[in-house]
Amino acid sequence: MSTTMTRPRNLPVEPPKKNRGRVRSASAALWDASPLTYLALIITIVLSIFPIVWSFIVASRENSAVTDIPPPLTPGPNFFDNASRVLANTDANFVYGLINSAVVSSCVTLSVVFFSTLAGFAFAKLKFRGKNALLLIIILTMMIPTQVNIIPLYLLMVKFDWTNTLQAVIVPFLVKGFGVFMIRQYAESAISDELIEAARVDGASTWRTYWSVVLPALRPAAAVLGLLTFMETWNDFLWPYVVLNGDTPTVQVSLNILATGYYKTDYVQVFTGTALAIVPLLLVFIAFGRQIIGGIMEGSVKA
Amino acid sequence: MATNVGEVTGPRHGRAPAGPSKQPSRRSVRVGRLDLRLSPYLFVAPFFVLFAVFGAYPLIYTAILSTRKNTLTGGDAGFVGLENYRKILWDEHFWIVIFNTFGLFFVATVPQLIFALLIASWLNKKMRARTAIRMGVLIPNITSVAAVGIVFGLIFADRYGLANWLLQSVHLDPVEWRNHRWSSWTAIAFMVDWRWTGYNALIYLAAMQAIPKELYESASLDGASAARRFWRITVPLIQPTILFTVIISTIGGMQLFTEPLLFNYGRIQGGSLNEFQTVAMYIYETTFTNNYNVGRGAAISWLLFIIILIFALINFALVRRSVKGQTS
Repeated sequence: MSTTMTRPRNLPVEPPKKNRGRVRSASAALWDASPLTYLALIITIVLSIFPIVWSFIVASRENSAVTDIPPPLTPGPNFFDNASRVLANTDANFVYGLINSAVVSSCVTLSVVFFSTLAGFAFAKLKFRGKNALLLIIILTMMIPTQVNIIPLYLLMVKFDWTNTLQAVIVPFLVKGFGVFMIRQYAESAISDELIEAARVDGASTWRTYWSVVLPALRPAAAVLGLLTFMETWNDFLWPYVVLNGDTPTVQVSLNILATGYYKTDYVQVFTGTALAIVPLLLVFIAFGRQIIGGIMEGSVKA
Repeated sequence: MATNVGEVTGPRHGRAPAGPSKQPSRRSVRVGRLDLRLSPYLFVAPFFVLFAVFGAYPLIYTAILSTRKNTLTGGDAGFVGLENYRKILWDEHFWIVIFNTFGLFFVATVPQLIFALLIASWLNKKMRARTAIRMGVLIPNITSVAAVGIVFGLIFADRYGLANWLLQSVHLDPVEWRNHRWSSWTAIAFMVDWRWTGYNALIYLAAMQAIPKELYESASLDGASAARRFWRITVPLIQPTILFTVIISTIGGMQLFTEPLLFNYGRIQGGSLNEFQTVAMYIYETTFTNNYNVGRGAAISWLLFIIILIFALINFALVRRSVKGQTS
């Protein structure tokens, strides 16, 4: 109201307008991507995608193509032949590997998301003694590298008689310090204290509050955590490599069996396996790429 | 001191909200109080229980194992004090893998972070198809390490590899990638960087977006060139984030295992003269092949842990200094 009243009285309307126009075009020059920027990004993306595309190209050819010069850069007709060869390979046990990886990644993801939201909520919104000390411990656990624990963990699996079983790649990874920390950071700002208070006043227990008030509010962060955990578990190599063999492989173990056993004799089969192992995550990425990118960018700002 | 603090803060935190209680039945009030007091611990307990079994216990057990003569085949043969450590530290092999691990880390990380900064500065513009472009940059990161190792193993194959074909097409000599330290390190650095540069670029992009645009606009009105704006505004302001990525890269770099393993088709020795065997590969070789020497493998693990801790502490000190420098 007041601005519309004063505006007509302001006589020098023209100069500021012009000025603003100049600033805007200057800022457009600063912020609009130039053709050169697009070019640089396109080159980056081509380099990013090329090895993946190339694995599919090699997977669609014959073994005789290995001596081709220049190396093959266009797809051939043999992908499905090669794929059926990989799937029939009893050493690599590839189908079983794919199923196992799906089972393991799903179990770990569900568990990490559940326990992380539970603990993250407690750290963000509940009051209890020793909270800060416990949170510090969780942050410190993020510093322990897997490599350091591998030997005793392996001995533990031997003692439980869990080697070559799926428990061995699920149970030790049911919780993750990173997950608790990430959810806690999100819950701090996403859930208002009044919301918790209101649920309390309505007579909801803490568990009830978590389940029907907090968990729905945490859904975006939980989804990102779930996606990141799923991909990480799917791609995990070292621990499955130590504790599993070809009888109960994850897909990465199958891949390693192919790579070490067949590289010199049937490299096309190795590449077909590689391509097949990438496909499921590629689909996840195409479906949820936006959320994954958002999660990585947000997580880094808060940490 | 500590108990004093507890006495002061304890009641204020715990009981004040519960003080003016309403009047439902006495029993439900008691249950409610129990719920308030116990639930937080129950909620965080699963993490700590599971971590204790599969995180803390192994860590301590590694330390204990490292002081014992112990093999997977022969079992435990008693306490030997620091003998395992002495053997390792006096063995040239350990220093070779340390040199390799640090060298590879350096060769991979420096170009990776520089390129990530550049890519982030390109991404930090107004453009079409923003999400698709970001996805294109991140896609290597969702590819499994094993797949990367296999694909780049062929790109850097000696006789018919893509890399050598490119070299020859510009009239350079082909390289036997696995036979020299420099060439194997280059190839492995390519794998690591291919997988992680885009990820770091997104992290830098997030930090860059938090910088007020007016800073750039007034700098550009003052005639500062794009390069100058980048080095004088962008880089100093996202310094904490750069240090964060350095920490992450350090922890990852010290654990490098799969890329060099699959680069040489699964051979744990990493080259005939261990040219690219890393500490993690050496731990595996010591523990799960050769003599199955669990004790010594544990000692190497513990040394690796100490190295990572020292690195992390240095990094933390740097972060704190840079944050302080910015606020003052």
